[in-house]
Amino acid sequence: MDYCAGTPWRRANVINGGLRLMAGPVVSAAMKPHDAASEPAVADRRGQIVLEDISRVFAADVVAVDRINLVIHPGEFFTLLGPSGCGKTTLLRMIAGFETPDSGRILVSGREMQAVPAHRRPVNTVFQSYALFPHLTVAENIAFGLRMRGVAKAERRERTRRIMELLQIDAFANRNPAQLSGGQRQRVALARALVNEPEVVLLDEPLSALDAKLRAELQVELMRMQKRLGMTFIFVTHDQHEALVMSDRIGVMQRGRLLQVGPVLDVYERPSSVFVAEFLGLSNIWPVTALPGGLIDTPLGPLAIGNPDPASGTAMIRPEKIWMYSESGAPTGRPNMVAGVVREAIYMGASTQYRVELENGAPLLVYDTNNQAAERSWRPGEAVTCELKPENIVLIGS
Amino acid sequence: MSATTADARRGSAARAERLGRALRLWVTAGPGLTWIVLFLVLPSAILLGIGFFTSGSYGGPELPLTLQPLREVAGYSILGWSSGNITVLVRSLIQAMSAGVLTVLFAYPVVFYIVTRPPAARPLLLLFIVLPSWTNQVVRTYAWMELLGPESALSHLVQSLGLLQPHLGLFPGVLAMQIGLTYNYLPYMVVPLYAAAEKLDWALVEAGRDLYASGPRLFWNTVFPQTLPGLLSGIILVVIPAFGDYVVPTLLGGGKSMMIGSLIASQFLETPNWPYGAALTIFMLVFTCAGLLAFRVLSKRLGGAEESMM
Repeated sequence: MDYCAGTPWRRANVINGGLRLMAGPVVSAAMKPHDAASEPAVADRRGQIVLEDISRVFAADVVAVDRINLVIHPGEFFTLLGPSGCGKTTLLRMIAGFETPDSGRILVSGREMQAVPAHRRPVNTVFQSYALFPHLTVAENIAFGLRMRGVAKAERRERTRRIMELLQIDAFANRNPAQLSGGQRQRVALARALVNEPEVVLLDEPLSALDAKLRAELQVELMRMQKRLGMTFIFVTHDQHEALVMSDRIGVMQRGRLLQVGPVLDVYERPSSVFVAEFLGLSNIWPVTALPGGLIDTPLGPLAIGNPDPASGTAMIRPEKIWMYSESGAPTGRPNMVAGVVREAIYMGASTQYRVELENGAPLLVYDTNNQAAERSWRPGEAVTCELKPENIVLIGS
Repeated sequence: MSATTADARRGSAARAERLGRALRLWVTAGPGLTWIVLFLVLPSAILLGIGFFTSGSYGGPELPLTLQPLREVAGYSILGWSSGNITVLVRSLIQAMSAGVLTVLFAYPVVFYIVTRPPAARPLLLLFIVLPSWTNQVVRTYAWMELLGPESALSHLVQSLGLLQPHLGLFPGVLAMQIGLTYNYLPYMVVPLYAAAEKLDWALVEAGRDLYASGPRLFWNTVFPQTLPGLLSGIILVVIPAFGDYVVPTLLGGGKSMMIGSLIASQFLETPNWPYGAALTIFMLVFTCAGLLAFRVLSKRLGGAEESMM
């Protein structure tokens, strides 16, 4: 089966079919989940992570993590997304116990982690470099955690065998990590964490060293594995596509701060800031001023939006949410129709990315699905009309 | 006619190339090779040869050829069999191996202190360890004679603990010898261990912690395997020279605790018996080679030892 082709299909299915777990409420910086911390561990908190006002300062004024408040629900696939150096890995390492927060509290399954060293925490990490023990075989690597916890040999062997079968690495059981390919190593690293049946699995950019096709394959596999085992996964990545494919919810980070937390769909469709909008996919973003009558003034001219009482600030529309018509084929009597000329067309297989120059000179980025015969697509120089449906224009705020 | 000329030309070109290659070989490898042959291979061969001669009235080698020196090494002299040589051999082995173990115990904390400092500070710290070995070993060993003598603070301390009779010092004795050997060879353990520890993959240590290991088990499962190649190199660099050391046993050991190095030296200097000294040397050489071979087999089984072998 071609996983590459399978990915978008699956994603669509998951969203439309409602298979995705109900995502919890967005936790704003002001909302502090104090009640969760004061009670002892209970069964329904197993796998829950609560971060309360977590900060980490490296040098005198290098704030790696800045007052983060976050609740990650049991059994959730949560992704921390952000550019390199935004503090997402530091946050993950604090949950793992490799770093100590300078302030704030971390609760795993309702238990305070302050005084719990890394080797006693109910979490396991999949490292970016995999960090497989080179002197041990695959099976010995996977059984390491069980051995350290004193699990009896027979049980150790059985659990190792089961997880190797699940991840289809049983054929390499007696090989050394050096003899494996990148994808195989990644599976071993995952198996080494999962075999311990941790309450939370922490994944630090585990797919970044793999080539695109294998990545896509493992993204889907990881997501299925997580749903099947029901463990909480916290996944760190700088790859927005990866975050969209796998996550139940995303937390977007920048310069140590958590900018927005929410279900994948919310964060993509209704970004709370320009940074989030630009980090997740492409967008047309303009500074806008409110006009009377539910209109906003944009560089494209006045546009109607779904909100009857718009505010001045910034507005955004995703390029795939813009309809394009040939000059003659445009429907009449609809709002927000703008005319322009195609200046650039980048053919990308499933879709084409157009740069349209409007009559007043403003640029507009448009994606069009190539669901028609190739001859029907537009070429540079052609005159087109673009429709920006009011409900697709999102006000980001000031 | 013309074909023959071409052949001849080809032949002379090939000859010139062969000549050039030989010249290059001799120019590059020649000086070193000559040095080794003149000052290592030849003297060693002469020494080995001497081991099969009879000891003359002044200890020099004389004809006829005999196996008597080798029999003496095994303990058979004109007075019958004695265990003296075995005692010296066993003592040398114990002292050398103890020095190996002690340098390992000292080197690990030192090395891990250094590699956890900022990269810019490391070379300087390493220098402090290596610096003493740039001064003469004899001078340093004389310093230990003072430090461990009967009137020294260390000896007083041991006396007051009742472990040593009053007015006796740690020097001379087996303990002083052990201290001297450990001290002298410590840099030879620190440097290869440092080289291994500096390349340490700390992610593996974190992986170990993540997988419930801590303390000694964490060290044993994550740090030790990674530093093993350096450790094995260090053991070879410490144990073998310490086994045949001459300065330390002579200066710090005193008459009662001879090691094989000083035993050999005394056959050439104090009570000359060159053939016997040469035979002892042959024995030591064979013994060391056998030990190295055994070590190699052992470290191969431990894995990751390729780098450690010279």
